[in-house]
Amino acid sequence: MVLEGFTAFLEYGFMRNAFLAILIITPLFGMLGTMIVSRKMAFFSDALGHSALTGIAIGVILGVTDTNVTMIVFGIAFALLLNYIGSKSGISTDTIISVFSSCSVAIGLVILSKGGNFSKYSSLLVGDILSITPKEIFYLLLIFVVSVLFYVLCFNYLHAASIHRTLAISRHVPVRLMENIFAVMIAVIVMLSIKWVGILIINALLILPAASSRNLAENMREYHFFSVLFSLFSGLVGLFVSYYTNVATGPVIVIIASILYFATYLYARVLRGE
Amino acid sequence: MKKIIEPCGLHCIKVNHLGVRFGEQVILEDVNLHIHCGSINAIIGKNGAGKSTLIRAMLDDVPHEGQIEFRDQQNGRMQKLKIGYVPQSINIEKNTPVSVYDLIAGYQYRTPVCFLKKKSIAKEISEALKVFEVEDLLDKQVCNLSGGQLQRVLLAMAIMDEPNLLMLDEPVSGVDQNGMELFYRTMVYLKENFDLSIILISHDLDYVAKYADKVILLDKSILKEGTPKEVFASEEFKTVFGAEELPAYVTEKKCSQCKTAKTERSQSWY
Repeated sequence: MVLEGFTAFLEYGFMRNAFLAILIITPLFGMLGTMIVSRKMAFFSDALGHSALTGIAIGVILGVTDTNVTMIVFGIAFALLLNYIGSKSGISTDTIISVFSSCSVAIGLVILSKGGNFSKYSSLLVGDILSITPKEIFYLLLIFVVSVLFYVLCFNYLHAASIHRTLAISRHVPVRLMENIFAVMIAVIVMLSIKWVGILIINALLILPAASSRNLAENMREYHFFSVLFSLFSGLVGLFVSYYTNVATGPVIVIIASILYFATYLYARVLRGE
Repeated sequence: MKKIIEPCGLHCIKVNHLGVRFGEQVILEDVNLHIHCGSINAIIGKNGAGKSTLIRAMLDDVPHEGQIEFRDQQNGRMQKLKIGYVPQSINIEKNTPVSVYDLIAGYQYRTPVCFLKKKSIAKEISEALKVFEVEDLLDKQVCNLSGGQLQRVLLAMAIMDEPNLLMLDEPVSGVDQNGMELFYRTMVYLKENFDLSIILISHDLDYVAKYADKVILLDKSILKEGTPKEVFASEEFKTVFGAEELPAYVTEKKCSQCKTAKTERSQSWY
């Protein structure tokens, strides 16, 4: 019966695309989320999501047909700028991120709402995974492959830098370069998936599976395995449930990821007595 | 990890005219050091004297002037200096899923610790841990280690690289008197059994007097260097540590026991 329901749901082209997209996005988010949580970058990725509005607004002003391009370029610039200012000034990073994020969101809203047209862009807030096209899935697949390759080659560098910067530098780890590459990667992934996942939800998807995984994992392998597993599970179940209940997919995925978080939290607290 | 019986005494590390500035502010100025291999060198000085900055500059973590040379004394050839650094603590909070294996393999090897745990790597790390008798900690979570255990794990990692110079901060948090004694004994063990020099930042002058071969009194630049006896007897030492007047609210009231351990100790030296 479940299997029948499953195949029926895949008969629609848009559901097949959404299914494929979830199969790519969620493990990727699960994998990168662990590092975002370890490096305490949750606020950073949140700000990046919000800056998508500004990227689109810039595209609209410049009259670009594909606002994806300006969104990604702006996202990368924004990420590098935040990294640079964070490393230079003495002000704490969360304040700086907040200042830049609010400022860029406001600019984006002002431009996009000119002439009362904002409703055209409001779908960005919640996202719509059902409207993804094969070409866009291909881009996601590309960034997925690049990210996995980056992890295989450079994960230890990132890991070392997150544990102790000076210790990493003493071991000749190119800390600054790694931090920038990672920030750019997050920027590109957030920008490419924001239309499908939504500004309000994207950060939850990056953070929740990793946070749940921390409740259970004792080492890096478990941390990543559980995070990817939880992310994929929330994504697939969320898509399935939203299809049969006819509600927006993104929020359902987040609700399931949240339930997983509380379940693992209780498990760690109560059963293991931590 | 090459173990040798005697330190060779044939290498030396020279720091020439090292200076650090943050904008207008001068943190370190014209620091010159000559470190012999097989010696324990303690850097002492008050808070804000630039002790940690000196170590960070030597590690190239902060922009600085001057250079660091590592020479073979027999033929005067320059060699590449390998520095092992042991931080005082690391950014690992409670509940962080990082095991001792993940910690060391992450710094020491390229095999991504998020995907694989290699038996051969685990074996090598285990051997390094054995030197400090903490090999049973390999799969323990780093956040659950005691201060002393973490210190020994970090030392094991520093030694794996066969460094010529070991730089470290004396542990202060989570280590009791026994732990401090053990720490300094370990330093002596390292200098006697491995071909390396040690530079450590110390906050405890009693242990410096007992274990250091050379003491460097730092306040922006080097005020005095030499054997512990020479430095502790010097005028410069008295001006830094001795003449320290306690604020009235500490001395006037009856709470003489409230004095910090550090001031008490520094007073006992003059």
